[in-house]
Amino acid sequence: MRYLPKSPADREAMLKSIGLGSVDELFAPIPAEYRLSRDLKVPRQMAESEIVDYFRERSRENGEGYTSFLGAGAYSHYRPVIIDSLISRGEFLTAYTPYQAEISQGTLQSIFEFQTMICELTGMEVANASMYDGSTAAAEAVMMAVRLTGRRSVVVARSLHPEYREVLATYATHQGMPLSVAGFGDDGRVNLKELEKSITTETACVLIQSPNFFGTIEDVAAIAEVAHKRGAMLVVSIAEAVSLGIVEPPRQADVIAMEAQSFGVPLGFGGPYCGVIATREKYVRQMPGRLVGQTVDKQGRRGFVLTLATREQHIRREKATSNICTNQALVALMVNIFMTVYGKVGLKELAGQNLAKAAYAASQFAKHGNVLFAGAPRFNEFVVQTSEDPHIINARLLGQRIVGGLPLKKFYPELGNAALWCCTELTTRNSIDTAVRLVADSDGSAPSTKEEARAEEVAR
Amino acid sequence: MKEGIRKATRHVNQNEGLIFEKSSAGKAAWKLPPLDVPEIDTSKLLGSSARKDLGNMPEVSEIEIIRHFTRLSTWNYAIDLGMYPLGSCTMKYNPRVNEAVARVEGIANGHPYQPEKISQGAMRILKTLSECLIEITGMDAITLQPAAGAHGEMTGLLMVRAYHQSQGNARKKILIPDSAHGTNPATAAMVNYAVENLKSDSRGMVDIAALEAQMGEDVAALMLTNPNTLGVFEQDIHKIADILHAKGGLLYMDGANMNALVGKVRPGDFGVDVMHLNLHKTFSTPHGGGGPGSGPVAIKKILEPFLPAPVVVTKADGTLGFEYNRPQSVGRVRAFYGNFGMFVRALAYIQANGPDGLRQTTEDAVLNANYIRKGLEGAYDLPYSTATMHEVVFSDKLQAKKGVRTMDIAKRLIDYGFHPYTTAFPLIVPGALMIEPTESESKEEMDLFIDAMKSIADEVEEDPQTVLDAPHSTRVSRLDETSAARKPVLRWKPAV
Repeated sequence: MRYLPKSPADREAMLKSIGLGSVDELFAPIPAEYRLSRDLKVPRQMAESEIVDYFRERSRENGEGYTSFLGAGAYSHYRPVIIDSLISRGEFLTAYTPYQAEISQGTLQSIFEFQTMICELTGMEVANASMYDGSTAAAEAVMMAVRLTGRRSVVVARSLHPEYREVLATYATHQGMPLSVAGFGDDGRVNLKELEKSITTETACVLIQSPNFFGTIEDVAAIAEVAHKRGAMLVVSIAEAVSLGIVEPPRQADVIAMEAQSFGVPLGFGGPYCGVIATREKYVRQMPGRLVGQTVDKQGRRGFVLTLATREQHIRREKATSNICTNQALVALMVNIFMTVYGKVGLKELAGQNLAKAAYAASQFAKHGNVLFAGAPRFNEFVVQTSEDPHIINARLLGQRIVGGLPLKKFYPELGNAALWCCTELTTRNSIDTAVRLVADSDGSAPSTKEEARAEEVAR
Repeated sequence: MKEGIRKATRHVNQNEGLIFEKSSAGKAAWKLPPLDVPEIDTSKLLGSSARKDLGNMPEVSEIEIIRHFTRLSTWNYAIDLGMYPLGSCTMKYNPRVNEAVARVEGIANGHPYQPEKISQGAMRILKTLSECLIEITGMDAITLQPAAGAHGEMTGLLMVRAYHQSQGNARKKILIPDSAHGTNPATAAMVNYAVENLKSDSRGMVDIAALEAQMGEDVAALMLTNPNTLGVFEQDIHKIADILHAKGGLLYMDGANMNALVGKVRPGDFGVDVMHLNLHKTFSTPHGGGGPGSGPVAIKKILEPFLPAPVVVTKADGTLGFEYNRPQSVGRVRAFYGNFGMFVRALAYIQANGPDGLRQTTEDAVLNANYIRKGLEGAYDLPYSTATMHEVVFSDKLQAKKGVRTMDIAKRLIDYGFHPYTTAFPLIVPGALMIEPTESESKEEMDLFIDAMKSIADEVEEDPQTVLDAPHSTRVSRLDETSAARKPVLRWKPAV
C-alpha cells in the first residue's frame, strides 16, 4: 500500500523487538468471535489514475459547465488563484489545532488576522476562530444569548434562511427554548409590528438575517430598538459576506453569526464552509469556539496563543459554552487570504459589481414578471414572481445549460410561483439577458420538460 | 542533546509582521473585469444602508501576500515535516490525490441547490461513501450531515433521545467513563441529558461492577470510546452491551479511535447501536490547523427513522434523489448536506487502500504504537500494563521527582524536531504522555523518536533545567498564556 512506509522486513524486525510472532497477536485483546475474518466489501485498491478518473466522471454528472443563478446561502464568487497555492502548503494543510504555540505561530497569527478583519467588517469588537457554518453559528449565537440574558425564548424572522431555521429548531428542541416566528411585510423586511408583539419579557433574543433570505437588507436599527426596548438581544445572521463591502454592517446587533463562504470558499455542494461568531468584548466569555490572543514570550517577543480556553469542552466538559472542538480552520484561512487580497478598496468594488449586476437583472426581469419586495434595498438576490411554475421555467433553462433561480414554493408557499435569483460579479450581462428571455418565453417548453419539472418539484 | 540525534538542525527563518503593518493606501492584489451592466448609484440603491468605509482592512500587493503567508507557514510544524504523535488526534498522512480530486470542476463548484438531474455525481459520492462506511462499521445506516466529531456526537444523542421518546420515555442521563474526551459530556449537556461519571478499573477499562450498579431505566446510553483513550480495547464489550441492552439503554461508540479497528473488527458486530466517525482522523482528511472535520453517524436499524433529513435514496427510475419527507427525523443539524469536500477525500482514501490496504493500515498503526511502547518502557512510567492498540499512554511519574512534568518533556521534544504528544490527557492518568504514531511513520522515524524521548529522560536526570526551559530552538520561547487570558488582546488595532 503506497501510503505505508514499511517493508515486510521492517515489520518483521519490529514484531521481533516487541517479542511477538505475528501481527495477529497484536489484536488478541479483541474477543475472537468479533474479529473479522474476511475482506471488507469496499472497492478494490485503485491506482491514483483510476481514482482521478472516477471523480472526473462524477464531476461530469454534476453540473459541470452550467451557468447558475443560484444563491440562497451558497454563493459563486471568483476565487483568486493564490488561495489554493497558499492553503496547499503542507505546513497549513497538515498541521493540527495550534495547542503547541511555539511551533504553531503561523496558524495562530493568521487566525489573529482573521479575527481582526472579521471585526473590521462586521463592526464588532471580538470574533472567534470559526464555527462549522452559518447555520450552526446562528444556533450557537442564539444559545449564547440565552446564557447571557437568562431568558429562554427566541423570536426568529421568517426571512431567515429556512435551513438555518431548521437547524436552530433542532438545537433548541431539548434545551427548553420555545421558538416563535416573526413574518415579513410587503417590502420583504421583518414586520416590525408583528415582531414587537412576539417579544415578551422571556425573549432572550431576536434572530434575523441581513441581507435576508430574499436578498433584502433589513432595517437593523429599527429591529434592534424594538428588541432592546424589551431587554432582548439582537442576533444577526449574515449569509452573503460580500455584502459587507458595500452594505452597512449590523452594528446595532449584540451578536453576529456569519457564513463566510463567499470569501474564497468553493461552493463544494454545500461544504465545508466557514461560520464565524462576532460580538461585543463584554460577552466574550460566553462565546463558543476557539479564540487566539496576543501575548509575549519569556524574552518579551510578540506571539500568539489559543486563549480563554476555560470556556471550552476540553477544560469545562459538561459546563462548557459549546461542545465544539474541531472547527473550520483551513477554510478560515481561505477566507483570510480572500479578505487580504481584496482588502479595503477591493471588497467595496467587488460588492459594488454584485449590486450592479443584480440591479440590472432585477430591472430586466421586472419587464416580464413581478419582482417582489421593491420597497426596500437589496444586495445581490431578488425574488421573481411569474405566472408560470418556476420548476417549468427552470426545466426550460436547464436545456440551455442555465440553472435558474431557486423555486420558493417548498419554503414559502405563500409567495406562489416565486423564485430566488442571484447575480454575482461572475454573472455576465449576456447570461442575464438570455435567462430573462427564456423566463418570458412561456410557450417554449415541450410537454416532456413539464413532466421533468414536476419530478424535480416533488423531490425538492 | 545527545550526539547522534539526527532529526533536526536549526536554520534561519524569516520574520514577518502582521499584514496590517504592511498595508498602505493604493496597493492592490486584485483586478475586476470591466462592469458590463450600467453603473449604479449606491446611495440611491441602498440609502442609509450604504457603507461608508471599510475601516482598517489591509491594502497590499500579491507578492506581499504570498510572502506573508509562506513565511507564516514556515513557523508551523506539520505532518509533512515529520512525526506528529498527538494521541487521540490521529495525525496521519493526508494523501495529495484527495486534494486534487476535491478540486475537479463539477465537484468543487457544484451548488447544493442545483437540480437533482445535474447532481447525480455528488449524490453518487454521498451514496458510495455511505455504503463503504456502513460496511466498515458493521452498522445499518448512516448520516453524513454532521460537520465534525462533536457535531456527530450531538446528532447521535439526538437520535438516542428520539428513539427513547418513541418508546414512551426519553430517559434522563448518559453514562460517560472518566477516561472520555471532553466533547462527550459537553455534548450530553447540549442534548439536555445529565452526565453520570463511570469509573475505570485497574486495567483502565470500564468497571463492569460499577456499570451494573449504575445502569438503570433512566440511563439513555453509555458513551464509550473503543479502544478507549488509554489505547486499550474494552475486552468486556459484549458484557457492557448486554448490561445496557437488558435495561433498554443504547451503546454509543465514540469512533475517534476507529483507526485501530478498520478491517479487523466492526463495532456493529460487538453490540454498538450508534457511533460517529471522524473522517479527519481515520479517513485521512487534513486537519488544516484545526478543521474542517466531518463526523458521520452510523446507526443500527432501530434508529433509522430518526436520521437527519435529507437522506439519499434511489428513485424508481434508477437515479438518485434526496428524500426530505421523514416525519420522525431529529431534524437538520446543518444547512445543506454536510462537509461534502471531506466526503470526496475520504472516499478517495478508501479507494486508494481497498480492503487489503485498510487492514494493513490498521495493523501498522497498532504495530507502531506497540513498538514505541516497547522502546520507551523503563524510561517512562507505564501506568496501565494492559495491551496497547493504536496509542500508548505513559506518565511523568519518574520525571516529576525532578520537578519535570509532561508539558516540559513535550516542549523539549520540539527541540529534537518532533511535534509533542498529547499532554495531560486522559484525565485518569496524572501527568499523561499520550502517544499515537499512526501507520504513517517509518521504523527510522520512530527510532529517532524513541532516541529523542530517551535522551530527554536522561536530561531530566542530569540537567532538568534544560528541559524546564525548553523549547530552546523555536522562534518564540514559552508564551505567557496567563496574561493572554487575563487581559485578552483578540484583535489588532492601529497605534493611536
